[in-house]
Amino acid sequence: MGILEVKGLTKSFGGVMAVAGVDLNVKEGTIHCIIGPNGAGKTTLFNLISGYYKCDGGEVIFRGKNITGWNPEKILKLGLARSFQVTKIFPGLTVYENVQVPVLFNRGAGLNFFSDAGGMFKDIIDEILSMVGLGHKAHEPAGLLAAGDRKRLEMGIVLATDPKLLLLDEPTCGMSPHETSSTIDLIKRIADQKNLTVLFTEHKMDVIFSIASRITVMNFGSVIAEGQPEEIRCNEDVQRIYFGDDRCFSL
Amino acid sequence: MAAVIGACLIILPFVLQRVSEYYLFLATDILAWALFAISFNLVLGYGGMMSFGHAAFFGVGAYTCALLLVKTSCPLFLAFLAGPVGAALVGLGIGYLSVRIKGVFYFALITLSFAQLIYILVYKWRSFTFGDDGIQGIPVPTWLSTDVSYLNYYFFALLIVLVCTYILWRISRAPFGVMLKSLRENPDRATFVGIKVENYRLIAFVISAFFSGVAGVLFALLQTSISPDILFWGTSGDVILMGLLGGMTLFLGPALGAAIMVLLNSFVTSYTEYWALCLGVILILIVLFFPKGVGGLIVERYQERKKRKNS
Repeated sequence: MGILEVKGLTKSFGGVMAVAGVDLNVKEGTIHCIIGPNGAGKTTLFNLISGYYKCDGGEVIFRGKNITGWNPEKILKLGLARSFQVTKIFPGLTVYENVQVPVLFNRGAGLNFFSDAGGMFKDIIDEILSMVGLGHKAHEPAGLLAAGDRKRLEMGIVLATDPKLLLLDEPTCGMSPHETSSTIDLIKRIADQKNLTVLFTEHKMDVIFSIASRITVMNFGSVIAEGQPEEIRCNEDVQRIYFGDDRCFSL
Repeated sequence: MAAVIGACLIILPFVLQRVSEYYLFLATDILAWALFAISFNLVLGYGGMMSFGHAAFFGVGAYTCALLLVKTSCPLFLAFLAGPVGAALVGLGIGYLSVRIKGVFYFALITLSFAQLIYILVYKWRSFTFGDDGIQGIPVPTWLSTDVSYLNYYFFALLIVLVCTYILWRISRAPFGVMLKSLRENPDRATFVGIKVENYRLIAFVISAFFSGVAGVLFALLQTSISPDILFWGTSGDVILMGLLGGMTLFLGPALGAAIMVLLNSFVTSYTEYWALCLGVILILIVLFFPKGVGGLIVERYQERKKRKNS
């Protein structure tokens, strides 16, 4: 059984079925990628799984629990964390504080009114910062970071919540080729070290085939193919969506 | 640094007293407003909640204590405590109905409405609150009395303000303070860290209301008379201006703003009745040129100098 199972999930906005009966099975320890053209429903699917939207039908089962309709905080507590396509950080706080917030909260210190927060869990925070490669920028204001570093910081924030499953919405969106490859290395390394399952959406084909162990293809709110990268690479339906002819992805 | 400030605060009243009792009154007035401004800043500066209704907590604190002293034989200690507790309860009610509201503008509007509601209530309920007559001659025990000198009361107020400020300072640096800042910066992200935004906002709101209530009591006992004016929205506006003037990014910034406001009010009024105009002009200049307030300006200059010295 997978760590995350999605059964017949639907969601419509007005008359548009953004997610139309999606089934998905993510196995523990895999790096699972969801691809599909713009508007295929990938981000909506993420919003449904993470509890940001309420679904119209279907169910989401995470670590054996039916989490359909749970609020985001509760889902997160169970170990499902997500990043956003548009990076969400705390711009006015320092890089250190950005990671400090989830670390303190996650260890139940959020309602501590009297201890000095400065030294609390410093080791853990420093470890996360160095893992995402921001140790040397700990005291810079997060709002001044470049796009690549912001993504790293967001990854740090997400990691600080001690997740079992990581939902990454286009983690390399808007990055240069160099930043992209270093981010991919980072995701791989973290998934290995922390024994995480990663579910992510992506547009860049080279990224997908370099790290995904399984791929799901969506179009118009439905899953049209699922399999190993090799199978997907030569799947006719997938090729038709992306290229309109029978060419294979060339790498 | 803290020792120097402490020494100044202890020596100051004796110096001021030589000049005039009035200055001692002003210094005590500043203490009360400074505490109000610092507690307000927990909500606006740290929590990012634009409350336009803090007059309610200041006023309810003052009125609760004053009414108990005037109408009952309640000892001062209990009446004093009842002020902030009453303010915190009102804060819990208003906060509960307001913290869910997203958007600075709507939050300001709803807190303003609730505060005005309380103002009207106090203004109209003559039999209970004395209406627009206000409460005159609040009985204060002789050891605290300001009839002869403000000296005793100054030290009383100083002690309470220092204790409260210390508690607020610890809260601002504690994990709770860090959470609060994260809500100000990005409530959405905070939700996805697992933080229940509403709960944290509400707690901050109630804490702020409590200490605003303490400030209100200090104010009432200093003046020994209060009127519903202190519940009017103008008071909420004043405390926001204090934050802007002094600098909301600094813990003690609003206290500095409070001092500037009280002094401006008192000195400019003695030269011209258009003191609000002067204040307005000063405020526009500060917002335009020193968006971090006077306190922010001082800290910036200090850091620049330190940097130059090091290099």
